[in-house]
Amino acid sequence: MTLAIDLFSVLCISGGIFFFLAGAVALLRFPDTLTRLHALTKADNLGLGLVVLGLLPQAANLLAALKLCLVWVVLQLAGTTLSQLISRVAKDKARQG
Amino acid sequence: MSATFVLDASFAALTLALAAYTILARDTFAAVVAFISYGLLLALVWVRLSAVDVALTEAAIGSGVTGALLIGAAARVGDGDASAPPGLKPLEKLVCALLCAAVSAGIAVAVLSLPAQAPTLAPLALEQLPATGLGNAVTGVLLAYRAIDTLLEAVVLVLALIGIWSFARDDHWGGRPEAPSMPEPNGALILLAQLLAPLGIIVGAHLVWAGATEPGGAFQGATILAAVWILVMVAGMIDAPPTGRRWLRFALVGGPALFLVIGVAGFVVAGAFLAYPEGYAKPLILIIEVALTLSIAIALGLLALGAPARREKP
Repeated sequence: MTLAIDLFSVLCISGGIFFFLAGAVALLRFPDTLTRLHALTKADNLGLGLVVLGLLPQAANLLAALKLCLVWVVLQLAGTTLSQLISRVAKDKARQG
Repeated sequence: MSATFVLDASFAALTLALAAYTILARDTFAAVVAFISYGLLLALVWVRLSAVDVALTEAAIGSGVTGALLIGAAARVGDGDASAPPGLKPLEKLVCALLCAAVSAGIAVAVLSLPAQAPTLAPLALEQLPATGLGNAVTGVLLAYRAIDTLLEAVVLVLALIGIWSFARDDHWGGRPEAPSMPEPNGALILLAQLLAPLGIIVGAHLVWAGATEPGGAFQGATILAAVWILVMVAGMIDAPPTGRRWLRFALVGGPALFLVIGVAGFVVAGAFLAYPEGYAKPLILIIEVALTLSIAIALGLLALGAPARREKP
């Protein structure tokens, strides 16, 4: 049983790292602000989400697990808002030419 | 070569690389962003060294607050003469470089010549900890053994704020700092502020309270409270406060002043400056922590706002 849980954790965290890596590569390779933001949101949502999911069964108790979920939710909130702000600035700049 | 060694080595290499980039970057804004990442990475290094209290402070103050201040400064200064200070001749640059190298070499020699078992007061500090009623040795050091350092740190913040305020024009003195909000209200930012503000207040208060027994404390909690305050102001939900208000100034100096009063009272009741009477150490420390938190939070928020720039309406 522990083996299965550990395997689940390793798989999830590896998946999360993959999305972070993909996000980082895309950030460097994509041509403009909006596509880069698109890449970053994937890293935030899926990458961190999978890492948290993988860590959940390893959490010492329910409180620690809830804290992990809270970290994910708060980062989602902050990331989404920041994307909004940055994309608005990018749009305004593009309009001004 | 174990996995942890690889991890630590990559942390060390990354930290050094980011530090070098921060110094060498020509673009002011890029240097600031690198400095913030450097602070966060350094926080991870502190966690690896089992210094969670220091890691929290580094992330909150070293990276967060300092980062916000530097971004503000970078936006005002721009790229101007950041790359080359005027009037520095090549010879002077060489002398500067040599002096810096000498200091680094001196520190390196000092660190390398430490005995393998570094001299430490840690066992002594832990042994005496029960007398303070605290469970966190770091808080014990900060507010009991070395309380004078913490007192001076809190006072320095107020002095720094006076320094910033002194840049205000005479007729702006006592007025409000420049509005930190965006030109037009942004729905997403307002929603974020509404959701994060209650959460931030709880986390900030929890960090202060937990500081007595676990990693946390006045500075870390205050930073989060200040961040919440700034977020709500940036979202345009409240305006920057008039710096001349009496309640604001009382709250600002309240923490250090209370600390000083309790410290001086130590002469009478416990026989030394900043000594706590037996049995009352923990409640007194908690009272000081709460007052300090409020003062530090207000000081950090006002530091980020800058000098008064608007005349206060009569």
